[in-house]
Amino acid sequence: MAKTIQEINEKIKKGKAVVYTAEEIIDVVKKKGVKKAAAEVDLVTTGTFAPMCSSGAYFNPGHANPRIKLGGGQVTLNDVPVYTGFAAVDFLVGATAIPDDDPRNKIYPGKFPYGGGHLIEDLVAGKDVRLVARAYGTDCYPRRKLETWIRLEDMNEAVLFNTRNAYQNYNVAVNLSDRIIHTYMGVLHPELRNATYCSAGQLSPLLNDPFYRTIGVGTRIFLGGGIGYVVERGTQHNPSVPRTEQGVPRMGAGTLALMGDLKQMSNRWLRGASFVGYGVTLAVGIGIPIPILDEETLRFTTVTDADIVAQVVDYSEAYPKCVPGSLGEVSYAQLKSGSVTVNGKEIPTAGLSSYARAREVAGILKDWVETGSFLLSEPVAPLPSADSGVQFKPLNERPIVNNNKVAVN
Amino acid sequence: MATKRLVFNFPPNLIEQPLTYQLITDHKLKVNILRARVTPRERGRLVVEVSGSKKNLDAGLKYASDLGVEVKPLAQNVQWSEERCIECTACTSICPTGALSVEREQMRVSFNEDKCIACELCLPTCPYEAVQIIF
Repeated sequence: MAKTIQEINEKIKKGKAVVYTAEEIIDVVKKKGVKKAAAEVDLVTTGTFAPMCSSGAYFNPGHANPRIKLGGGQVTLNDVPVYTGFAAVDFLVGATAIPDDDPRNKIYPGKFPYGGGHLIEDLVAGKDVRLVARAYGTDCYPRRKLETWIRLEDMNEAVLFNTRNAYQNYNVAVNLSDRIIHTYMGVLHPELRNATYCSAGQLSPLLNDPFYRTIGVGTRIFLGGGIGYVVERGTQHNPSVPRTEQGVPRMGAGTLALMGDLKQMSNRWLRGASFVGYGVTLAVGIGIPIPILDEETLRFTTVTDADIVAQVVDYSEAYPKCVPGSLGEVSYAQLKSGSVTVNGKEIPTAGLSSYARAREVAGILKDWVETGSFLLSEPVAPLPSADSGVQFKPLNERPIVNNNKVAVN
Repeated sequence: MATKRLVFNFPPNLIEQPLTYQLITDHKLKVNILRARVTPRERGRLVVEVSGSKKNLDAGLKYASDLGVEVKPLAQNVQWSEERCIECTACTSICPTGALSVEREQMRVSFNEDKCIACELCLPTCPYEAVQIIF
């Protein structure tokens, strides 16, 4: 029996919706069977909490008196440079931005103690930050300098805006070289001495709706502890990759662009992160509800860690040089057991995505639905799926020689 | 038999004292050096596991203190912030003693200070500064 989102919302309003997390639903369906469970269950909640570098936030701090045109000027918040190429006082903070005087990797490996991710965390925590601006001055915006303390609550608008989040599956990183390497997948020890992975597996949003049948543009979600929305497919969205028989991508595939009002979010779910030798990022908590519209949507949510596989990639050579292929395929059940076998060698594994926190997000979202404080939204447009032909392409470099155009291949 | 994990801090004037030798020969203690950092004319730091009879251990540690060496339990110097930790498990495959470990069923991370040898391998691994080692 098919259900509609409106019908499920009516049940949520009456406090009668039947909700399980993507972890709980596995056993529910095992006991009751798909048919019976699909009739009973209205909603499955997913969750993830992991570093997501393509995150950021835009702000409008209001106009100073006399007015200053930040657009085209230079602005820092706690020394982190922000992007000002908008009208007068809008600016954008990127999660990976770092102060101009950070030594980067000049003394390798750099520590990257503070950057955009930490700035967003501090603002969400309600802390005062230092805004320093220099501008060129115009007749209508005469001021050239501004230095002020500012807090999140002082801003007119503060919006988290992430161009790529919630990756549907990801690489498992290892190091085949003979030296330690520092990557966005963490510190990788030489000669296959450790492996890192980054997905919530069976709790991860897009792994529970692998063909984006319910998650689309306009889907209301848990974002950073508050309410947010899916606004587009994320950058590098790559739905056409090889999939398992159950439809689960065997490698990084779909992504989401998300946004939401930063003022109602929490620093428990937006955390600045420093990757030694690599840089700064932001860990983001995301939870997406999956309405159980029919048996098929339910079946997809019963995916387990044993059903989801990822590719083992060498980050010393293959990744930086874009060499395709992998060293093998491992399941999230193996990864979460603490060790996997690669090239005949048993190596310890560690996660970058917090499964414990992913479970917490799915639980909070379930609670919101059960108490009637979260209603489902109807997507207004679908995301490109496996049959769309959408593919993530590498850059085709056309070197600039004497400023002459080189023909496109 | 008693065993203690300790940090010995030496002021500059004691760096040339063969403390470990005295603990072994005069006080019959088993001394396992876990970490050592000695900077000439500055300070010396030894992280040790010391075992022996309770009587010998008390006497040996009194000898070290009387000499002017600051003796502290190792656990006081290593701090794991449950609040800062997001339980991602990144540190757990690097920790050589299992002091930082994962309970696999729930994927919860915990820190057992008795197992920590203050090797500091976890420090660059944690993106959230959840572990701090203060000497």
